[in-house]
Amino acid sequence: MGKKMHIQMQVNGKAEEFLAEPRELLIYTLRERLNITGPHIGCETSHCGACTVTLNGKSVKACTVFVAQADGAEITTIEGLGTPDALHPLQTAFKEHHGLQCGYCTPGMITRATKLLEENPNPTEEEIRFGMAGNICRCTGYQNIVKSIKAAAAEMNAAKEAAE
Amino acid sequence: MSIKGGVHQDLIHDSAAKHVSGRAEYTDDILEPVGTLHAYLGFSTVAHGRITSIDLSAVRAAPGVVEVITADDLPGENDVSANGMHDEPLFATDEVLFWGQPLFAVVAETRDAARRAAALAEVSYDTLPHATDIAASRAAGAPLVTPPLTLKRGAVKPAMAAAPHRIKGQMEIGGQDHFYLEGQLSLAIPGEDEDVRIFCSTQHPTEVQHVVAHALGVPAHSVTVTVRRMGGGFGGKETQMNAFAVIAAVAAKRLNRPVKLRLDRDDDMSSTGKRHDFLAEYEVGFDDEGRILAVDGDFFARCGFCSDLSGPVTDRALFHADNAYFYPDVELRSHPLMTHTVSNTAFRGFGGPQGLIVAERIVEEIAYHLGRDALEVRRANFYGPGRDLTPYHQQVTDNIMAEVVDELVATSNYAARRQAVLDWNAKGGIIRKGIALTPVKFGISFTATWFNQAGALVHVYSDGSIQVNHGGTEMGQGLHTKVAQVVAEAFQVDIDRVKITATTTDKVPNTSATAASSGTDLNGMAALNACEAIKARLAAWAADKAGLPAEAVVFGTEGVSVGDKVTDWAKFIGAAYMDRVQLSATGFYKTPEIHWNRDTGQGRPFYYFAYGASVSEVSVDTLTGEYRVERTDILHDVGKSLNPAIDLGQVEGAFVQGMGWLTTEELWWDDKGRLRTHAPSTYKIPVASDIPREFNVKLASWSENREPTIKRSKAVGEPPFMLAVSVLEALNMAVASLDGYANCPKLDTPATPERVLMACEALRSAPAPAKVLEIGE
Repeated sequence: MGKKMHIQMQVNGKAEEFLAEPRELLIYTLRERLNITGPHIGCETSHCGACTVTLNGKSVKACTVFVAQADGAEITTIEGLGTPDALHPLQTAFKEHHGLQCGYCTPGMITRATKLLEENPNPTEEEIRFGMAGNICRCTGYQNIVKSIKAAAAEMNAAKEAAE
Repeated sequence: MSIKGGVHQDLIHDSAAKHVSGRAEYTDDILEPVGTLHAYLGFSTVAHGRITSIDLSAVRAAPGVVEVITADDLPGENDVSANGMHDEPLFATDEVLFWGQPLFAVVAETRDAARRAAALAEVSYDTLPHATDIAASRAAGAPLVTPPLTLKRGAVKPAMAAAPHRIKGQMEIGGQDHFYLEGQLSLAIPGEDEDVRIFCSTQHPTEVQHVVAHALGVPAHSVTVTVRRMGGGFGGKETQMNAFAVIAAVAAKRLNRPVKLRLDRDDDMSSTGKRHDFLAEYEVGFDDEGRILAVDGDFFARCGFCSDLSGPVTDRALFHADNAYFYPDVELRSHPLMTHTVSNTAFRGFGGPQGLIVAERIVEEIAYHLGRDALEVRRANFYGPGRDLTPYHQQVTDNIMAEVVDELVATSNYAARRQAVLDWNAKGGIIRKGIALTPVKFGISFTATWFNQAGALVHVYSDGSIQVNHGGTEMGQGLHTKVAQVVAEAFQVDIDRVKITATTTDKVPNTSATAASSGTDLNGMAALNACEAIKARLAAWAADKAGLPAEAVVFGTEGVSVGDKVTDWAKFIGAAYMDRVQLSATGFYKTPEIHWNRDTGQGRPFYYFAYGASVSEVSVDTLTGEYRVERTDILHDVGKSLNPAIDLGQVEGAFVQGMGWLTTEELWWDDKGRLRTHAPSTYKIPVASDIPREFNVKLASWSENREPTIKRSKAVGEPPFMLAVSVLEALNMAVASLDGYANCPKLDTPATPERVLMACEALRSAPAPAKVLEIGE
């Protein structure tokens, strides 16, 4: 047993505080310690993206982030984007445009897409494809994922214009 | 007015809202019961050898370890083979047959402790020579894991001898890892008596039930297997879950605590089966018009250390070695070779793609030889009236291949684009282009005829809500959505009233694997039959009460009408309950018409065929071998689609997965017999930036299954996987342009940039071209 470290973090707006070995991986902190099971375990080598979460405003693969690196961080997972009754526009778009099949990659895919649209609110199809290239989907062939993100971008831009 | 969510409608996946919000529960998300322990495996570190000593004392002494389980600790047989061959030990005891073979299991308080402990085993081996690939296996005498098959019609030798042209060739076809995003895992919870309940990610709960019962030495009734959904399966969870479920169950019963086993991805890729690699050796005889006269073929498969599903997989390769083409005289032989690798298994297409791709290569070879557009050769050889008998003596009766191809030729603007590609290449630059149109004809049904059965259980509750259970499993393909649509349509109620529940062996017994694209065909029909049974009881009751004939009772969108009186569904059901009508029924279905005699190689193994075609255009950098798929157009036949949106998703996903198989996904074993591409870091799976830049996918809207399948639809899971062959043959053409299309470059698969570059170099160093491709009209 290694020495434990005092960790504080905000997860989906909620303050969390606990003792953990610094080498604990963030994906286990989320899934096993905090019972936040939306981010999934896929490859455990940061290639598949099923565990993607937002950490201090950046997309990260939670399977290769130590909990010590996340001390004091603000973390958003798929659970923090919306609930089944009040979905984020990206969640609605993935649902309505068939941007999923088995659904296992979906939480990571959508979490990554939120950052993509922050970085580039009006991406071309090509930009979406390259911007999402760190997340593997084995089912859909990506076509409907790209469509979903395009649709969400249009929706979010229209809402922003209406608000201005 | 129509109901919401009936058949032939675009409907979102039944779990979509949960998927997008992270609330869909996978097996790994199930809250672990108090006291759950974690198991892990110790793996062999030689590809072939005898175990001389095995010392597990350090494993037992490691922190957190509760128990170590070896073959001696198994209550039943040390065997997880599902086919009765008894050739698949759970743990290797004396002889190790592949690198990564499980030797023992360790159970600890945490998964981390179990993994660390498993690495502490001290095992010595007398290493023995190993054969990990097809060539080495043949050199070692070509041992077979299962009896081979021969398909034969006519007399191939004299037909070949008399043919005006003959070509002999060979093709190497790579394997493929499933890379289901959710890896293999199993949670076993012990119960009273001999009972154990297993939650796991499997396409075949009944088989897990049987294999676990066998290993525990208990009757099947003591084991219950439940799966709500999988994070992808693709065939990789048809038999491959068995061992992990057994270990969890054995440990759970032994320790009387819940036990969970989830493999690390690298171990998952190293120690579970994959798509079979093949080597095909073929000879084709043909006439001046490119019409095939005779085909003789040998199909060698890397099967791994045991039989698993290699028999039916290699059979299916032969069943599809004709693709859509009539071979007047033909002989095809399978060689399911034993190799010192993990046992290969089911993977979308199940050997079919490896057979089909050889038919396409044969056609390409003929086209290059005659200097024609391969499409002309394809058309000249399609099955048609009078030329409609397959190598397994089943008659092709629908013959819609040409219709599919004609439509795609028109909508993809094939002729003009091919001319443009030829013109581009004629300029002689570094970037070369290629375009190819390839068809798919795929036989639907399990070739193990008894597998073509399904059961369902439908409950109508007294409030009018409906619960459906059936033997199929949901792995993302939308099976549950389609079955719910069938049920909603049968009762003429909105789909919101219908709830599909987890697949579980204590609700519907003796199920078949959700495989062979058959999930909806079989389970949809079984569910419909259950609904019809309930409707018949309701109609008899209501008619009797009203003094009318049963035909006077109509289930309509407004409710149930009895004569001129219409009653709201929920009220109608409530009244039926009060009058003591049984509102629950089982349904059963077995596919009619099919039969197959493997000894004679004759029968009707397939109920029907699904068709499709694709055109792909590629650009190749001939100095680096790198390439890009510029555009793909697909027209695919799913009969009268139950849910076009879901079917389109299946077609797109299958195509991209097929493209991965043929282009970037390379399995590579080193000289010690270790798989070195055991993670997505080294094993390249297509990502969003790899798909065709323009991707036009359509369903053949005019198609309708001629057989009375569920609502005249057709299976969709596997057939579109093979549409990706157009990418391979387009790459082949781009390379061929380097010497004026005088030679077929015969790209093996996967056609990685490295292989493409080597093919370019081979042509560059070849003598100058003697002839130029004639362009067909």
